[in-house]
Amino acid sequence: MAGITLDSLTKSYGPTEVLHHIGADIEDGEFVVIVGPSGCGKSTLLRMIAGLESITSGEVFIGDKMVNGLEPADRDIAMVFQNYALYPHMTVRQNMAYGLKIRKMPKAEIDRRVQEAAEILEIAQYLDRKPRQLSGGQRQRVAMGRAIVRDPQVFLFDEPLSNLDAKLRVQMRLEIRKLQKRLGVTSIFVTHDQVEAMTLGDRLMVLNGGYVEQFGTPIELYERPASVFVAGFIGSPAMNFFRATADDLSVTLPNGAVVPTAQSARGGVICGLRPEHLVRDPSGPIEMEVELLEHLGGVTLLHGPLQGTDQQMVISLEGISEIQIGDSLRFSLPPELVHLFDAQTDRRIG
Amino acid sequence: MVENRPLLSILAHIVLLLGVAIVALPVWITFVGASHEAERMLQTPIPMLPGDQFFVNLRQTLWGSGLEGTNTAPVWMMLMNSMVMALMIAIGKIAISLLSAFAIVYFKFPFRMGFFWMIFITLMLPVEVRILPTFEVIADLGMLNSYWGLTVPLIASATATFMFRQVFLTIPDEMLESARIDGAGPMRFFWDIVIPLSRTNIAALFVILFIYGWNQYLWPLLITTDTDMMTIVVSIKQMLEAAEQSPQWNIIMMTALLAMIPPIFVVIAMQKLFVQGLTETDK
Repeated sequence: MAGITLDSLTKSYGPTEVLHHIGADIEDGEFVVIVGPSGCGKSTLLRMIAGLESITSGEVFIGDKMVNGLEPADRDIAMVFQNYALYPHMTVRQNMAYGLKIRKMPKAEIDRRVQEAAEILEIAQYLDRKPRQLSGGQRQRVAMGRAIVRDPQVFLFDEPLSNLDAKLRVQMRLEIRKLQKRLGVTSIFVTHDQVEAMTLGDRLMVLNGGYVEQFGTPIELYERPASVFVAGFIGSPAMNFFRATADDLSVTLPNGAVVPTAQSARGGVICGLRPEHLVRDPSGPIEMEVELLEHLGGVTLLHGPLQGTDQQMVISLEGISEIQIGDSLRFSLPPELVHLFDAQTDRRIG
Repeated sequence: MVENRPLLSILAHIVLLLGVAIVALPVWITFVGASHEAERMLQTPIPMLPGDQFFVNLRQTLWGSGLEGTNTAPVWMMLMNSMVMALMIAIGKIAISLLSAFAIVYFKFPFRMGFFWMIFITLMLPVEVRILPTFEVIADLGMLNSYWGLTVPLIASATATFMFRQVFLTIPDEMLESARIDGAGPMRFFWDIVIPLSRTNIAALFVILFIYGWNQYLWPLLITTDTDMMTIVVSIKQMLEAAEQSPQWNIIMMTALLAMIPPIFVVIAMQKLFVQGLTETDK
């Protein structure tokens, strides 16, 4: 068991720097999710930790050992790939045993480990099948099994759920989480799906354009997003943003509405309001004209412009509501739930 | 397309039967010729039905000294020469091409593409074009009248290298990465992953190359002067010309029949893999 330390990791392809001085301390047994839009460098970062991609500068430590110069096989890691990368000509048993066989582990020990992993993952009855005879979910389990039998210091997951259908993805997500808690192995999981990230991770690293936007627990990211990007990325539906003018403990929205805030600021800011935090209030400052309704059962989503502007916003109300298209409604929210960001730097104020 | 028109299917069958007859007739005549006495084959009309001399001819051809009046080696010896040559060419070509394609696809070294194009360009230079310099080299190396002389100049193959390169390119990169994490070195990866995944392609290529090697005519004709090293394809032609008497068709036809057997056997044995190798895309 070991933690992972990333010290100012940088990756360049020729003159283009794609990852900029990534630093992080991942504790022993922690489940960290790296999340971001496609092309943000999250897979590259994972592959650098795995040793599949060279490191331009900076250092990776697994435990207290610097692993920059080590081959992937010598880093004591296991990786689950997006397309599973099972060897198609080998049976499930051979697939799982291959790495152990190369390490010249005694045959009895290999058999014991494969059997144990197969039982944990409930694939014991498929051990003698070839990967092509298995369904997507079963292949996913075999890929996990191949990682488990190695008994590594670190699990690395590269979008392992993205090839599964929606229902199976939710189920496998929970299983991965349970398994990781049970085995207590430090894990890094890459995904572009924010829901997956929020449910799986002890901590989330939000990457954007090769920079770490924020590294914290899911709740921290939700309650105190460090930047406009994180605020918009975490939470569904996405946060509403308005250019606004702040005057100490209140901001003025583009239509002149004055909203009280808990953050103190002056001048041009970006004001963020989560759709689920707005509540109906006949004397509230925020007025919206409903143009479109989405009934999701548990919640109702209202779409429409902020009154007096053409800026679209979304509001999420609990339950099934009586609201009609064309209604003009007023909303308010507690001052501490208003997020203010610097208009120049996009960073959180205060 | 499911159609039920009896006239059409009868017509289709007639066309097919005609096609089969056209292809099979020469083989049939060869068989008939091999089963009569020598004299019978010189009378007109030539027989269309098999005679009773098949096993007599077979024994004489295989174990006798071949054709009377010529100095060809016994046919079993030529069959063996052909077999050794075809196998060495097929196996050698596959081994060398696999390794060179593996190097080109999976290793980064200076002028990698340069080497690839150099190999590729040799496609434009078949044996016939470079035959004189090649002969000179082989003669200087003292390889005339040997299996090495018969096979080495034919062994390097741009076609097979190119084909294996395309096959390897279809193997996903994750397979290599996964093997690296499992701790497999390059040769281990080659043996445990690359070779099994190219199995069907290797089989398909083996069939093609075996027949290519078996049917070699010009090169063996040049390189072998010793009758002990002669291959069967060359000797059939020589049997026709060498005898000062009229050709002994029964023996020649029997030799031709025997020469057909190994390629047919290889095709039948490899058929399933061969078809898979040509059609399979799933890795």
